[in-house]
Amino acid sequence: MEALLSALIGVLTAGGVYLMLRGRSFPVVLGLTLLSYAVNLFLFAMGRLAIGQPPVIGTGLTGYADPLPQALVLTAIVISFAMTAFVIMLALKARAELGDDHVDAEHKP
Amino acid sequence: MSHLPIAPILLPLCAGILLLMLRHVDIRLRRALALAAVLAQIGVALALTRAVADGAILSYALGAWPAPYGIILVADRLAAWMLLLASVLALFPLWHASHGLDTRGRHFHVLYQLQLFGLSGAFLTGDVFNLFVFFEVLLLASYGLVLHGGGVERIRAGLHYVVINLAGSSLFLIAVGALYGLYGTLNMADLARLMPATPAENLGPARAAGLLLFAVFALKAALLPLYLWLPAAYASTSAPVAALFAIMTKVGAYAILRASTLLFGAEAGGLAGLLDAWLLPLALATLLAGLLGVLAARHLREQAAYLVVASVGTLLAAFALGSHAGLAAGLYYLPHSTFAAAALFLLAERIAAARGAQADRFEAGPRMRGEYWLGALFFLAAILIAGLPPLSGFIGKFLILQAALAHPARAWILAVLLVGGLLALIALARAGSLFFLRVERQRDDAPQAPAPVAPAVGLLLLGLGLTVAAGPVHAFAGEIAEQLLQPRLYIEAVLGGRP
Repeated sequence: MEALLSALIGVLTAGGVYLMLRGRSFPVVLGLTLLSYAVNLFLFAMGRLAIGQPPVIGTGLTGYADPLPQALVLTAIVISFAMTAFVIMLALKARAELGDDHVDAEHKP
Repeated sequence: MSHLPIAPILLPLCAGILLLMLRHVDIRLRRALALAAVLAQIGVALALTRAVADGAILSYALGAWPAPYGIILVADRLAAWMLLLASVLALFPLWHASHGLDTRGRHFHVLYQLQLFGLSGAFLTGDVFNLFVFFEVLLLASYGLVLHGGGVERIRAGLHYVVINLAGSSLFLIAVGALYGLYGTLNMADLARLMPATPAENLGPARAAGLLLFAVFALKAALLPLYLWLPAAYASTSAPVAALFAIMTKVGAYAILRASTLLFGAEAGGLAGLLDAWLLPLALATLLAGLLGVLAARHLREQAAYLVVASVGTLLAAFALGSHAGLAAGLYYLPHSTFAAAALFLLAERIAAARGAQADRFEAGPRMRGEYWLGALFFLAAILIAGLPPLSGFIGKFLILQAALAHPARAWILAVLLVGGLLALIALARAGSLFFLRVERQRDDAPQAPAPVAPAVGLLLLGLGLTVAAGPVHAFAGEIAEQLLQPRLYIEAVLGGRP
């Protein structure tokens, strides 16, 4: 499971970085989104992987899943979601005002 | 438990929410409210500085959940000093913007207060994850402020600024996750307690996490090679926003200073001095790269933006010395460089308005209205920034050079700082002579865009104040440095008597 998850995070990160280095704003936004998925999975995995374990204290339990990374991931998801929405709006605005969706677009009236 | 440490966070947040609700009332009322909120923030910051001046470290547990499990705010001398600096600086761009910029788009005052909210939180938090959250708050507000007023240049530079900061935020989360995976805590004091005992097999990942954190802070501080976003963003945004952003790079510098003293200080065992090998060379290279930009700039706002980069290089070179004298010199130089850069941004707009069609481009233009006063102010700002005697820039640089004498790499530091000062002087002298001496024709009497000059004067007066009060300010900077070099005090204040 560890190998699968780390490979997944690696592939998502590589894809995200590749797309982020593209010249047009839409792939860049997609790259940022992929990167934030990878980061969220990574953050989640940092509480160690545990299956079928409760995160809340109860009686007669021996093992627990770490609840803190889940809270961190929730916060990170909310923030990255808002940021993605913002950067999409900004990219659309840049496309409209610059007449080109290249990130270094010169103004062509 | 005193509630003072959370006041500087709540005050701008509440003011921002209030301003959002009052968005349809008369602009004059909103301006008065925003100014009153910033004045109150200065008062709170002063009270906090007084409360921690004797060396007390106030730890505030939100919801009374004790550290390291709850979220805590920590106010020590450094946090209070940064807070005071940010709130004092914030007054002047707001004053400037209240002359009309705030009506050129929506929600300027709301975003401004949220920016202060994020800044205060970043200085006061005692938790790495909340540092990330407050960074996001201040960045999101800054995205809105950078784009305020619109325009093609602003949107293009703004897109770059937003994208690179989002990538930085992802890196920050990776570093935070790795630290949590290694130590099981994100409380800075708790991390500092656990780091000296890092087992040997975890040293590699811990170093990687620490350096990732450093890369993120270096991006915020605009350290070479991560400074390329700054000149375009600062030069294309409106003058008050650029002036406020003079503090933004200092947030990165603050985070680097906090991490290098608390987490990777001399007592951190296998992680001690993790950043030292990188900080000094990068800081000196940033200083030189920034000054090449200053020389190559095509207009005054771009030059001011590159001067911000150069000042970050100087500041971090001082912090990189690591000694008590170096930190104290850096902490004296920090407010000086912030005020001087902000004043130059505000003056640049005034000069651009007075030159009409030439704006602030470096080419001979018409005679300006009120050129004597403007020239005198520009001269004053240039002396402050270039670090010529007798003003605070010189005192700051002198203190840094004096501290550098004890460092093994003193030849490099002295050479770069002195050559840097000379380059800044040449560039600013060229700008000044172009604007004020090589006037080609009589002034045109076309109506000018109104641009106030009083806020810039206020910032320059603060620079003069730093010169006059150099003794007490430097003494306080020395006390901050003393506290920073004893991370044990911070850890004990946050975690109580726990071993």
